[in-house]
Amino acid sequence: MKLDSKIPSGPIQEKWDKHRFEMKLINAANKRKYKIIVVGTGLAGSSAAASFSELGYNVEVFTYHDTPRRAHSIAAQGGINAAKNYRNDGDSIWRLFYDTVKGGDFRAREANVYRLAQVSNNIIDQCVAQGVPFAREYGGLLDNRSFGGAQVSRTFYARGQTGQQLLLGAYQALMKEVQNGNVKIHTRKEMMDIVVIDGVCRGIVTRDLITGKIESFVGDAVCLATGGYANIFFLSTNAIACNVTATFRAYKKGAGFANPCFTQIHPTCIPVSGDHQSKLTLMSESLRNDGRIWVPKKKDDRRPPNEIPEDERDYYLERKYPSFGNLSPRDISSRAAKEVCDEGRGVSATGYGVYLDFADAIKRLGRQKIEERYGNLFEMYERITGDDPYKTPMMIYPAAHYTMGGLWVDYNLMSTIPGLHVLGEANFSDHGANRLGASALMQGLADGYFIIPYTIGDYLAKAKLEKVTDKHPEFRKAEEDVRNKIHKLLSIKGKRTPTSFHKQFGKLMWEDVGMARSAESLKHALEEIPKIREEFWNNLNVPGEDASLNIALERACRVADFLEFAELLAWDALEREESCGAHFRVEYQYEDGEAKRNDEKFCHVAVWEYNGDGNKPIRHQEELTFENVPLQVRSYK
Amino acid sequence: MKFTLHIWRQKDTTSKGSFETYKMEDVSEHMSLLEMIDVLNEQLISEGKEPIAFDHDCREGICGACSMTINGRPHGNMKGTTTCQLHMRMFKDGDELWIEPFRARAFPVIKDLVVDRSALDRIIAAGGYVTVNTGAAQDANSIPVPKESADLAMDAAQCIGCGACVASCPNGAAMLFTAAKIMQLALLPQGQPERKKRAIAMIEQMDKEGFGACRNYYECEANCPKNISVRFISRMNIEFLSAATAKSM
Ligand SMILES: Cc1cc2nc3c(=O)[nH]c(=O)nc-3n(C[C@H](O)[C@H](O)[C@H](O)COP(=O)(O)OP(=O)(O)OC[C@H]3O[C@@H](n4cnc5c(N)ncnc54)[C@H](O)[C@@H]3O)c2cc1C
Repeated sequence: MKLDSKIPSGPIQEKWDKHRFEMKLINAANKRKYKIIVVGTGLAGSSAAASFSELGYNVEVFTYHDTPRRAHSIAAQGGINAAKNYRNDGDSIWRLFYDTVKGGDFRAREANVYRLAQVSNNIIDQCVAQGVPFAREYGGLLDNRSFGGAQVSRTFYARGQTGQQLLLGAYQALMKEVQNGNVKIHTRKEMMDIVVIDGVCRGIVTRDLITGKIESFVGDAVCLATGGYANIFFLSTNAIACNVTATFRAYKKGAGFANPCFTQIHPTCIPVSGDHQSKLTLMSESLRNDGRIWVPKKKDDRRPPNEIPEDERDYYLERKYPSFGNLSPRDISSRAAKEVCDEGRGVSATGYGVYLDFADAIKRLGRQKIEERYGNLFEMYERITGDDPYKTPMMIYPAAHYTMGGLWVDYNLMSTIPGLHVLGEANFSDHGANRLGASALMQGLADGYFIIPYTIGDYLAKAKLEKVTDKHPEFRKAEEDVRNKIHKLLSIKGKRTPTSFHKQFGKLMWEDVGMARSAESLKHALEEIPKIREEFWNNLNVPGEDASLNIALERACRVADFLEFAELLAWDALEREESCGAHFRVEYQYEDGEAKRNDEKFCHVAVWEYNGDGNKPIRHQEELTFENVPLQVRSYK
Repeated sequence: MKFTLHIWRQKDTTSKGSFETYKMEDVSEHMSLLEMIDVLNEQLISEGKEPIAFDHDCREGICGACSMTINGRPHGNMKGTTTCQLHMRMFKDGDELWIEPFRARAFPVIKDLVVDRSALDRIIAAGGYVTVNTGAAQDANSIPVPKESADLAMDAAQCIGCGACVASCPNGAAMLFTAAKIMQLALLPQGQPERKKRAIAMIEQMDKEGFGACRNYYECEANCPKNISVRFISRMNIEFLSAATAKSM
């Protein structure tokens, strides 16, 4: 596998401009001769598809939802970063770039991150022009808030529904293009595989979730914008349907998978309440602007929070990280919470929770201000837990949330398979080993609005594509493989449900490959996963038939891929013998418990190549160099 | 807790459906309603029976996927709440629950509790946007927007496109959904150039899709999980009149 990152030469500030100038263009009239397939209608997919169509390409869009507007991006609450410096507080493109590289613990590509910071400002302009109702101040200009890992206020937001408003903006842009006739949207169609012909990605195979029909779609280029795989842990903040199938299938067809072990745990989620739990709910990180995090100083202190006096509380983030305090980055805050709970100082019925307290903020700012800022989040919390956070502190605990790992892409967002491009959370590109809050929305829209529309033109202009149809043997074969797999899943007729397997290995992954990992726990996971998989293929029960809406079958297909992918994740975590960002190996830490990076051995992207079922995949490396943000110990103290 | 569930089962669009009864025991008060149905579905699958199909995804009340009518009300009895946010502690032990899909002429049933709401997408496609191509925007702060307008636009923009307004309207009208988008954009300076055209196009599409007319029952507002106000409908009517008048001149 050849890993050519195609980073343009020259000073970092000039790379993207230079590249844009050097890329080949396609004449406007010729664009309509090309068909681009976009899988996924989240921020990344919708923005890309709309922008392609505006340029004149023919676009076909796929989603397993009933409408593009339901993509998981809709659930993002907190906000989106941009280097506008509207606050005059010292922000700049350089600072956003710097914060993101540092926040990612020096495991991201500098050139990509710089470009992300550069286009961040265009995103806000674009969204405002679309009518996204961002929060404003009395003077009519845009308001900002702060997020973890930054000392400036650069986050734009629309109440607690920023993802919703940005996605609706992108969705509306997409529907405008549907009306204009260049885009065809296929809803409730799940991509089951990609099709590679002579080494080039030429299309996809889908299953219609209503009729069960397996179909092929041919294109000149394919974009996957299929989101992340945090549901590998079963319980996560992701929507129930989020899954790894699209990117994992591409991996099995030859696309390199980068840094699968970089999975982010979010510090502020509502703790687990019982076995029936189907997902975890995030409480936006923005709450940490005004909430103070604490646990009792004493072990097993069961007193209600308001009976614990001030001097018997441990505001552990403020104590350990005085300059960032409650706004320390996610990985650090999550581990600190785990630590105090492991010490027996956790709260909630299970002992796995910490307080997020607004009493001081309410005293300082008044209830009304807090209501304005977080009203809907407080409401949501009360609805789920039955507690009123205006009166008693919230309880929170970390949960799996986001995946920095994803398909490897070069500077042009193309995977190791020519023609297959990967956008948004599905790729690995910009966040290194840890993503900062409010940067995923930024990246998804940067990829979709401002990067791929340029780079795909260059690809199409240079690629010499033969005409193919869905009668091509590779399409026939991919369809046949999908049919066989579905037939197999339906014919096992064992005893266990797909979800029971998902719960079982999700728990295993959380315990062995979750917030803290060790060689021992990882080896344990690597022994157990194949056993679960073995049972899955022998004792699964999927009732019903293929040719109709079959929710058990949908789940089974996704779980089957997760079960293979789980091993890849564990291998990656095992071989990365260092702690960095969200990847914490207990063997590699400083005396005070901080992550110990090993730049000599691991200052690289690990890229995995599929090597046949049953064989260990091959690990490749893309070396990373830091010329603009010098390698340093990441400190938030 | 214990519950008796009567759940609508329907094989596909053309088949006739009916209620089936399931007894649930040992339900935790912390479960959400959907989690209770998850548990039931696990039981059904274990018995080799087909699970109950229902739309859901984020389970946080924002994706708009869930589409259940509970005891006659879309999303159930709690004001400002989607189905996925209902927790069993909000019901009484021993309650009987009648669960069926959103009912409306424009929303055909696909299977069990799953309905086809694509008509709402077509209303948006008819004009629910600002025509601005990627890259054409000026600096975001170059046009100030009074905070009051931005806030009011946001009140409308919160619509999650679930269709509860349609399902709760005796006439199956989609006025609240359509008004929310028309008014969001009409309240912002960015929406002005296409304001009139948009109002006419979206309302025409709404009529074409077979949604009924508004008779001021206000059931839509009462059942809207995002508490979107019917005042947007009155304002939309004014928008439409003024747009239609301008067009005829
Ligand atoms: C609760 C929550 C809150 C968040 N808050 C923030 C925040 O405040 N700020 C921030 O920056 N980030 C936030 N994030 C992260 C951010 O929302 C996501 O990373 C981002 O929205 C992902 O966008 P995407 O376009 O890459 O993918 P998604 O929005 O996940 O979209 C994936 C799309 O792919 C489709 N798809 C997937 N697989 C297939 C397949 N096989 N076939 C067909 N279609 C398929 C889906 O239908 C969907 O349309 C949050 C995440 C969560 C979970």
